[in-house]
Amino acid sequence: MFANLDLQQLILGRFTIEQIPYHEPILQATFAGVAVVGLAVLGVITYFRFWGPLWRDWVTSIDHKKIGIMYCIFALIMLLRGFADALLMRSQQAIAFGSEQGFLPPHHYDQIFTAHGMIMIFFVAMPFVTGMMNFAVPLQIGARDVAFPFLNNFSFWMTVAGGILVMVSLFVGEFSRATWLAYPPLSGAAMSPGVGVDYYIWALQIAGIGTLLSGINLIATIVKMRAPGMTMMKLPIFVWSSLCTNILIVAAFPILTAVLAMLSLDRYVGTHFFTNDLGGNAMLYFNLIWIWGHPEVYILILPAFGVFSEITSTFCGKRLFGYTSMVYALVVITILAYLVWLHHFFTMGSGADVNSFFGITTMIISIPTGAKIFNWMFTMYRGRIRFEVPMMWVVAFIVTFVIGGMTGVLLAVPPADFVLHNSLFLIAHFHNVIIGGVLFGMFAGVTFWFPKAFGFKLDEFWGKMALVFWVSGFYVAFMPLYVLGLMGVTRRMQHFDDPSLQIWFVIAACGAGLIALGIASQIVMFVVSIRNREKLRDLTGDPWGGRTLEWSTSSPPPDYNFAFTPVVHDSDAWWDMKNRGFARPMTGYKPIHMPKNTAAGAILAGLNFTFGLAMVWYVWWLAALSFVAIILVAILHTFNYNRDYYIPADTVSRTEGQRTRELEMA
Amino acid sequence: MTSSTPLPDRIEPAKSRGGPARRLLPLLALPPVLAMLGGCNLVVMSPAGYVAEQQRNLVLAATGLMLLIIIPVIFFTLFFAWRYRATNEDAVYDPEWHHSTQLEVLIWTAPLMIIIALGALTWIGTHTLDPFRPLSKIDAKRDIPAGVEPLQVEAVAMDWKWLFLYPQYGIATVNELAAPVDRPIQFKITATDVMNTFYVPTLAGMVYAMPGMQTQLHAVINREGSYEGRSAHYSGAGFSNMFFKFNGVTDQAFDQWVAKTKAQGGELTQEAYLELEKPSESEPARFYKSYAKGLFDRIIGMCPRPEQMCVGEMVKIDARGGASGAEAQANYDRLQYDNRMADRGNEAPGATGPASGTGPHGQTQPQGMKPRPDMGNPDSRGQGESALPGQEKAPEVKAPDSQGQKEGGQIAPKQLNQ
Repeated sequence: MFANLDLQQLILGRFTIEQIPYHEPILQATFAGVAVVGLAVLGVITYFRFWGPLWRDWVTSIDHKKIGIMYCIFALIMLLRGFADALLMRSQQAIAFGSEQGFLPPHHYDQIFTAHGMIMIFFVAMPFVTGMMNFAVPLQIGARDVAFPFLNNFSFWMTVAGGILVMVSLFVGEFSRATWLAYPPLSGAAMSPGVGVDYYIWALQIAGIGTLLSGINLIATIVKMRAPGMTMMKLPIFVWSSLCTNILIVAAFPILTAVLAMLSLDRYVGTHFFTNDLGGNAMLYFNLIWIWGHPEVYILILPAFGVFSEITSTFCGKRLFGYTSMVYALVVITILAYLVWLHHFFTMGSGADVNSFFGITTMIISIPTGAKIFNWMFTMYRGRIRFEVPMMWVVAFIVTFVIGGMTGVLLAVPPADFVLHNSLFLIAHFHNVIIGGVLFGMFAGVTFWFPKAFGFKLDEFWGKMALVFWVSGFYVAFMPLYVLGLMGVTRRMQHFDDPSLQIWFVIAACGAGLIALGIASQIVMFVVSIRNREKLRDLTGDPWGGRTLEWSTSSPPPDYNFAFTPVVHDSDAWWDMKNRGFARPMTGYKPIHMPKNTAAGAILAGLNFTFGLAMVWYVWWLAALSFVAIILVAILHTFNYNRDYYIPADTVSRTEGQRTRELEMA
Repeated sequence: MTSSTPLPDRIEPAKSRGGPARRLLPLLALPPVLAMLGGCNLVVMSPAGYVAEQQRNLVLAATGLMLLIIIPVIFFTLFFAWRYRATNEDAVYDPEWHHSTQLEVLIWTAPLMIIIALGALTWIGTHTLDPFRPLSKIDAKRDIPAGVEPLQVEAVAMDWKWLFLYPQYGIATVNELAAPVDRPIQFKITATDVMNTFYVPTLAGMVYAMPGMQTQLHAVINREGSYEGRSAHYSGAGFSNMFFKFNGVTDQAFDQWVAKTKAQGGELTQEAYLELEKPSESEPARFYKSYAKGLFDRIIGMCPRPEQMCVGEMVKIDARGGASGAEAQANYDRLQYDNRMADRGNEAPGATGPASGTGPHGQTQPQGMKPRPDMGNPDSRGQGESALPGQEKAPEVKAPDSQGQKEGGQIAPKQLNQ
């Protein structure tokens, strides 16, 4: 390993100046764009003197609301990156036919589809659901923060550190070309030399720590910090779905960590867990990664289900139909999520008994999922449905999701999977459920909780435009892929020979264009809403006629969320309080015990980022140094006794007095 | 925006401008799609092999079963959304109605019934269509005629081409496969270094090709014709061109094809195999009148080079209690397989940069790939070789353009058919 040491290698590891792809035109343009936007953002922050507030109120904040908002902003930024990859792929596939090679050579195209899949799952969908849960769960259970506020901040910055590591690979070195799950032997050292897979591994390991800790945190919060009277069967359904998701996270993510650790041992130390030599076997990796990977699917979709449940019952002005069966459905899905992983590789040649077992368990999951869809349907029945933007997302979701569910069950029939596996039909299926389920759910959730987070609603017109473009764009982009799948067309192709396929790829590219308009509408929606915030202002704190506790406090909620911990008598606690003529207590405020902001999370995550980067580039001295620093800072942080403070009673009194005046104005 | 919280008795009528139009959007996307479907070749839906045909039937049956529940769900969702819109004052509003035992029973049992039916279908289908299970029929009506032996084909996925061995005939081909119509085929499938999938959509479903392991596929082709086969599992830079031709021919034409291959093909010796094994893309079809003895077993045993030890041998040694000392070290050396590592010196696996001369950056021309048109890629300006030392030379590609690929093969069954 240390055969030809020299000074440069000692200091910079395997980094040389050639590793910066300055000769690649696409990357030059991207880099120029990133640099211009980045400098503009830095300039604006400096000009308006935002650095102080940014550091004090956001970076070091342990307030679950702010962390939740930051998670969502991070997810939206990464969505732009992941979607840029999608546009590149769609254009490449639309033009690379016959003698035309397109503009992306295979070794560049392969990085793009790897980055797209990995970013969309780990750095868009995951932070989005985590952010949503972080923001809403403590408010819905009447808590003042999560159980471990510092850990929450640390989790967030670890996720960001992982994301930044992926982004760095764009301009320094390369990214993995071994697909988003990095299947060996292709991802092994022999077949994928270079830094790409190492970037992938370390980004996931670092972000994975954040995800796992945030899972533990939210479980503890939900189990221990519910308002008095809120028994488990009175939990808002979003909290139930969050609980199930976080149980899945805590049970599944250690498997990912372990399997990636084994892969890195294969790559760094020369072990043979998954390579061809000396008895290693890639089938082991397939099983392990999907034992994590399938629960991951439910980790993403369950919070979306929760959001849809809240929105449906709110905008139907009606109690959720079949609350108990909704809860049981969630729990059944949580358990079954662990019994289906093999359906991702029926074609590996497991026997018919094994394949049928996993096929049938997969189908069984569709029963509780179907029950949930019926429950939303019957919540609408005899409701009074106000079609505001979040409710429109719900209808778009149900129609889209059942189609994706149907193709999913189809793929669960092993012999059908034999002809459709790895085809564009499969791509269409999982985009159908992830866009139609997770993303629509998160967009609905953003529209729904935005007034709670910022005190004003999002612009309705641009919200509808976003919805129209996203929904139509989804159908135009992915229905052709179903057709192509039935034509036997495989995923991950950089070039095609058969010209008769081209029209379908052109249609799909148009769909991607429509989605781009949807994303543009969303950006316009945020800008317009912020400019018109006074017109869109909501002083009541309850703009939608809400049913759960988050709507009982002001918008945005004060640091302490609730001046008095609410007492709960019903699963729709706030609805019940309103019906019984609940009166806000105006006096008797007490000082409120709150956790204090700390920079430790951001510092630790920065050190972890350094450690990851050093490991990627074999800069051993820096890796050792940053690892020691991580341990030291973590230990030092335990000696930080200055971690809480009291909000004085008169501050609470002043804040609540302001709220009283706002309510009178409203 | 200053309205107070709507309570059940005074729900505000909400605006639902554009609601119905938007709900129809998904439907609007359907007609042009359906119109276009007539013009394209849905090979999965109209296969030429009995196995793929049964798989198609299963796809259709499963879809039909599920539509029984999906269509009502979509219909009632849209209907309820329209019927109970806030502006419709005629509709019943019952804010506290949230439970109905009958409905609960219905919404759990209806999907359950469908899943029971589908589960039964799955259990039977999975067992009858198990790719490892020999066929019992050659199509829906005909049993296998007496005295017909299945055609044996040993398929090897390589970077990035397919090698087919015909042990019953002693011939081998690259990127072209022929089989007589209505004769069962037994594929034994493996790969050299990374995973692939053996997939001929018109013939049967796909099965993974994995290094060091053997999978099987039983299938039969029922219609003459030239079809496309490919790897469906991403296997690296040359993956997009990893196609092969699958020709379904008459018995006579097949015998002629074999005879012609025997007369005109080259020899796939061990050295020729090792040369073939190196990464290369867009290989033309090649034909060999013979191949090295025990080649397929040596590929599965991961010991194609004479000095290598086959995995099976090591398993036997282990079963006897294993080796130790110098012998163990010798065995260890002989078991090194991944040949792209073979030429590297004493360094960390995966090492790149100054130490190994392997570029860590993706713009390095991948081994075995043809140069692409210049896209700012410095390596593509050369001969397709890496500018860095220490890498193997890309093997020479005999027919560099697709034109050559079509005409360059020695014997094409199509010509034989005429």
